[in-house]
Amino acid sequence: MWAEVERRFREVAPAVDFCSLRLVEERDEHLSVRRGVAQPPVTSFDVGGMITVVDGDGMGYGATSDLTLSGLRRAVERAHGWARETRGRGLVDASRLERMPRRGEYATAVREPWSASPLGDKIELLQACSRRLQRPRIEDWEAGLWYVEKQTLLLSADGGRLEQRFSHLLPTLSASANEGAETQTRTFGGHAYCRQGGLEVLDETGFHDAPEQIAAEAVELLAAPNCPSGTMDLVLAPDQMILQIHESIGHPLELDRILGDERNYAGRSFVTLDMFGRYRYGSEALNVSFDPQRAGELASYAFDDEGQPATRQDIIRGGILLRPLGGRVSQARAGIAGVANSRASSWNRPPIDRMANLNLEPGASTLDELFGAVDRGVYMKTNCSWSIDDSRNKFQFGCEWGRLIEGGRLTRVVKNPNYRGISATFWRGLRAVGRPDTVDVLGTPYCGKGEPNQAIAVGHASPPCLFSAVDVFGGA
Amino acid sequence: MESYFHDVTEIVTRLVHADEVHLSNFHGEDSDFVRFNAGRIRQAGAVEMRSLTVDLICGRRHAAGSVALGGDLEVDRARIARLIDNLRERRALVPEDPYLLYATDVRSTGKTAENRLPQSAEAVDEIRAAARGRDLVGIYAAGGIYNGFANSLGQRNWCANASFNLDWSFVHSADRAAAANYAGFEWQRDVFRRKVDLALEQLALLSRPSRAVAPGRYRVYLAPAALAEFLGLLGWGSFGLRAHRTKTTPLLRMIEQGERLDPRVRLLENAAAGLAPGFQEEGFLRPDTIALIDRGAYADCLASPRSAAEYGVQTNGASASEMPQSLDVAPGDVSADRVLGMLEDGIYVGNVWYLNYSDRAACRTTGMTRFATFWVENGALAAPLEVMRFDETLYRMLGANLIGLTAEREWIVDPGTYSQRSTSTTRVPGALIADFTLTL
Repeated sequence: MWAEVERRFREVAPAVDFCSLRLVEERDEHLSVRRGVAQPPVTSFDVGGMITVVDGDGMGYGATSDLTLSGLRRAVERAHGWARETRGRGLVDASRLERMPRRGEYATAVREPWSASPLGDKIELLQACSRRLQRPRIEDWEAGLWYVEKQTLLLSADGGRLEQRFSHLLPTLSASANEGAETQTRTFGGHAYCRQGGLEVLDETGFHDAPEQIAAEAVELLAAPNCPSGTMDLVLAPDQMILQIHESIGHPLELDRILGDERNYAGRSFVTLDMFGRYRYGSEALNVSFDPQRAGELASYAFDDEGQPATRQDIIRGGILLRPLGGRVSQARAGIAGVANSRASSWNRPPIDRMANLNLEPGASTLDELFGAVDRGVYMKTNCSWSIDDSRNKFQFGCEWGRLIEGGRLTRVVKNPNYRGISATFWRGLRAVGRPDTVDVLGTPYCGKGEPNQAIAVGHASPPCLFSAVDVFGGA
Repeated sequence: MESYFHDVTEIVTRLVHADEVHLSNFHGEDSDFVRFNAGRIRQAGAVEMRSLTVDLICGRRHAAGSVALGGDLEVDRARIARLIDNLRERRALVPEDPYLLYATDVRSTGKTAENRLPQSAEAVDEIRAAARGRDLVGIYAAGGIYNGFANSLGQRNWCANASFNLDWSFVHSADRAAAANYAGFEWQRDVFRRKVDLALEQLALLSRPSRAVAPGRYRVYLAPAALAEFLGLLGWGSFGLRAHRTKTTPLLRMIEQGERLDPRVRLLENAAAGLAPGFQEEGFLRPDTIALIDRGAYADCLASPRSAAEYGVQTNGASASEMPQSLDVAPGDVSADRVLGMLEDGIYVGNVWYLNYSDRAACRTTGMTRFATFWVENGALAAPLEVMRFDETLYRMLGANLIGLTAEREWIVDPGTYSQRSTSTTRVPGALIADFTLTL
């Protein structure tokens, strides 16, 4: 089908300064077993294209699920109409934007294809997980798999052609325990164990071993005391670290936020352009990279959705802020180097700055060494609550499970662990970072942003980390 | 678009075998999206999309799938045929579903609103004129939204609207901004200008020196847009039958311990007054109203067919998500022009942001103040407030500490556009609350 659509595009592309077609075809499948009952399997097949036209300094898009010649022609007319409408009225001088390269491709490395296992076997796997999640006091339990295959083809009228194929798998487990007016839920990292690849992701993430522990911890939390309140040390597991990185490093460093595009919706940033190259974002232990080339991580790719080649870049080194997360449009507006992260959630939304893979680099500590450095503190796992201000500064996050650290050792389990802080100072309290063998490669398929709204997949790899003097508290 | 929907339905009907039932849901959209920053156009474009979701049933086995459609019936016929073949293959591999339930009482409906929208370029010209010399940021979304349901029993439901939603802020500086929204079916210049003028009045107040307050408890007024955010969070898992029976609802204490809100609090799912389609995925119709909270007590659940079958009750036409789509909060008796006087010294909260639960079982929520939020002194707006974090339970806010709800309500059309343009609405008053907890 692609070849025929490509031919039609070349036929309808107008004589303008620039014209591109971004085709996206996405197939996915949701399987789940809840309370021992297989839910009806759900598949989807989505396909469409976005025409972008640059005419003078104006730019517009026309997106359509009609990929016939007449459908593409209509999309071109609408894109061209908006390009004319924005001439002299746009925020961005589209005539000055860098163009896409000529050729390139990318494909997720898959060891065990999703299709290698019959549907019945996958449902049986989930049935088995469901049985292992079930126990007294567990009121609701569910095991699920969400598999996505996505193919994108970015064509420019002047001969550019970039093709990329992705596949990723998100395994989920959850167990909710209840006693009276108390309910506690444990999950398999929320939605964090999401990686590019095929069924091998299940082994890589430890999915097969997880059900009993998740159910046992949910029940254990029912009888646990609330997390204590006070200023104390905090060790965050990777499945909470990714949320901490995402909200208080990733979003504030997105260049379109810094430039004000998101002020009506997702918000602005406390970071300003003059901070790059000199601002101390965190302690010397803080090293953060943008790495779209890490195999298996959720948002790995070779080119962003505007066709810019994607390479690894240091974002924060030794605690000093170096580079924003901004694609070619934002870089042109700000006059500052960024990264290739202009991405769209699908064919029907235009690319904007997204964080893609944003990773916290490992340090030198074992997990036990992190605990051993704490006299009084809490170890928290698995995000369940997130809230942060418009400027990505004042935050409050909550976790599913906590355990006290006393005298350098883990002691009692505590429920409803929460903590709050301010991004601008929180990372300066980063005292120690887990070594390479403690790193988990995680992500989320649901990063929301943009007008019109877009939910997109992002990856985060992180070791556990130790923070000093954090405001910690528990439930009501 | 309606005739295309019927053509698609006919294609599905012909492909389905005699021993099969299909439940087909159609969605279409033809939208313009124009994004603004600094009063100029940041991104502008158009999106045409159509999709069909089919649940193919034989006995108690079924499989569901969706497919993008283009509008060319020959191309679409082939895509739908592939989908049906695939569903038939997959259905054979799955066990029987004990909770399958779909409408068998044929109740067809149709609603097509006249398209009274202006050309988007005309609306954009007016928005740009209002933005002249100002820092306007936001989005104008406009166009047709089409939803249809069909099954093999002959039921057909159709709902088509042509609407616009302008969601914007005038920014004073940094995080000081006046947010506004203008949504509807027909662009009326005088209504838009009144909304602009109101936002500009707030913007003028934002130029005053700001005031910071220490964490503590304050008397606050939550303007309708702010209260709607709390209700939006509450809608996420609070009212569904599944959440009720599995005891995962944040309103668990109302169920298990008889906890109540103030008796003046009454929440309805008011389908009759909303924009969302009056039918759901399995073909059941939504009743005009469902009482969710009545005189401060937990009343009915939103019961999807699947949950209804699982827990042995009647469905009330809720969608699979069991989330409200047309929430309606009863008005109170506080006149809006008395609010500042009743606050005396306190905080006028224009908007809140990024709400989440800090203790779900206790229905304790946290979030941030945002946009036009002011310190009030001697019954008058005195100074913009620097953003503050709150952490408060619903039981205190709308229970023991509720001073009153306003007699006036706002009808808020969700500007959300994840995957598709939202048709959710909320009709909500403002709320005066004592001892509201600010933490950071």
